[in-house]
Amino acid sequence: MLILAIDTSAVASAALISDDAMEGVVESFATEDTRSHAEVLAPGIEKLLGDAGVSGADIDLIVTGVGPGPFTGLRSGIATARTLAFAWNKPLFGLMSLDAIALEVAESTEAQAEFLVATDARRKEVYWARYTLRDGQLPQLVDGPHVGSASELPDLPVFGAGGGIYADVVKANREFSSTQPDAASLGQFAMALLTAGEELPDSTPLYLRESDAQLPGPRKRAL
Amino acid sequence: MNHPSHVNEPAVEPLVLGIESSCDETGVGIVRGTTLLTNTVSSSMDEHVRFGGVIPEIASRAHLDAFVPTLGEALHEAGVTLDDIDAIAVTSGPGLAGALMVGVCAAKALAVATGKPLYAINHLVAHVGVGLLDGDAGSGTGGPGPGGRLPENLGALLVSGGHTEILRIRSITDDVEMLGSTIDDAAGEAYDKVARLLGLGYPGGPAIDKLAKQGDAKAIRFPRGLTQPKYMGTAEEPGPHRYDWSFSGLKTAVARCVEQFEARGEDVPVADVAAAFQEAVVDVITSKAVLACKENGITDLLLGGGVAANSRLRELTGQRCEAAGITLHVPPLALCTDNGAMVAALGSQLIMAGIGPSGVAFAPDSSLPVTTVSV
Ligand SMILES: [Zn+2]
Repeated sequence: MLILAIDTSAVASAALISDDAMEGVVESFATEDTRSHAEVLAPGIEKLLGDAGVSGADIDLIVTGVGPGPFTGLRSGIATARTLAFAWNKPLFGLMSLDAIALEVAESTEAQAEFLVATDARRKEVYWARYTLRDGQLPQLVDGPHVGSASELPDLPVFGAGGGIYADVVKANREFSSTQPDAASLGQFAMALLTAGEELPDSTPLYLRESDAQLPGPRKRAL
Repeated sequence: MNHPSHVNEPAVEPLVLGIESSCDETGVGIVRGTTLLTNTVSSSMDEHVRFGGVIPEIASRAHLDAFVPTLGEALHEAGVTLDDIDAIAVTSGPGLAGALMVGVCAAKALAVATGKPLYAINHLVAHVGVGLLDGDAGSGTGGPGPGGRLPENLGALLVSGGHTEILRIRSITDDVEMLGSTIDDAAGEAYDKVARLLGLGYPGGPAIDKLAKQGDAKAIRFPRGLTQPKYMGTAEEPGPHRYDWSFSGLKTAVARCVEQFEARGEDVPVADVAAAFQEAVVDVITSKAVLACKENGITDLLLGGGVAANSRLRELTGQRCEAAGITLHVPPLALCTDNGAMVAALGSQLIMAGIGPSGVAFAPDSSLPVTTVSV
């Protein structure tokens, strides 16, 4: 099985995941900056497919990160994934983007029985979720995702760039202080879930915040 | 980029799929040469009603959910498959940044998935490009250029919720010039704000147009922005805003007028205010547009944008163009408002002119200048 995974909840990233390949990852790319998704994502995917010698017909399904993440960047990945799935006529699923970091934590020597994953939500807030981990199993989401002030997080170790930014107020794990959700990990998570016979959710974005639109108040009358 | 063959051998009548997402309409249109096959539009207008104006984030969310269904419907209506398409065109600006991003990412994904060339094009010029589609060209109600040929001395007056511009088009594919534009609100925005002031709902244009018919446009005199000599200058020595518009002062004047009626404890003569406001907008738009035409040798004028539906704007533009010896062209209304067919129509012109595609690495540009027809 070959999965194309895309995540743009923080940086722009894409990966080809196969259950035949070593470690599962055939090809992957990720940018460092969080503001050029619309420019880099399509060329990145084009190169990814070219380098792997893979065409749309070879891909079995597409997985996209559905956030949470800054809206415009997040949408660029979901729009890309939905359109590719339509054009290639392939099934499309969505995974919560923080799962990508949770899987990396689980596979690292830093793993904890209970932990938080957090990313930058801008405006002095973080996106975060709480996971539990049992030996040999996938991390289990037990609370979240939420958006809120870092100072209000539960008192648990925090993994991911959201912890790194607010290391003064949270228990940020140093090894993971700049880790962003990455399509390669997200795709591996999806592969693991599918292998375990689980069903994957759809690609509905997790915005967590309203659109910021203000309802116009009644006009003041000049009396 | 491996976008083979299409560039060197432009198809005689290319089949082009156009994508538009610069404001609140998600549009997919398909054109073969200059023949319109389908124009599918999904609007998020209803979701903006309670806010009295387009909310960019709401529009962007709606684009994301509407795009694939709109694409599927367009292909179905046109009876073509993605395989049949020769090229893809997408609005890359100007427009709302977050909204543009959705259409651009989707268009790039389509290009990557199909290997077809992608053209990133200018939204304003696409409003003119729609005039090149075949159709009802007689009696000044259709496009100016059926069969793909535009008149030599063409201008375009674009009036909508997002823009108010007068352009000169020497070549639709590579020589377009902005003669004048609004320096603050677009005309359609002014309509929305005044409609809210008068309690008429959103969108404001149709509501004010309808009510104005029952009012006396001469009952109140509202200001015409940027018409003083210091802004206008003369034809020989033009002032800084000779062909530009401003509507924010007008909006303020209407608000003050309404407040004065209320302060005196009188009923606001809503129909008169609507009529007088509309007259002020339409008068200044048409007088400056016709002036720009006369002084720049423009003999044919295309009217585009959603406010082209306004009955008084059409009437007065028609009268003043006739008096000035200018031929007015108004495309069918469904092609005046934002749509994907206009994007496809311009894409088709670029291909037939042998212009190369944009690749998939360009960035959308919310303030793309009109001189950049394609990226
Ligand atoms: Zn427009």
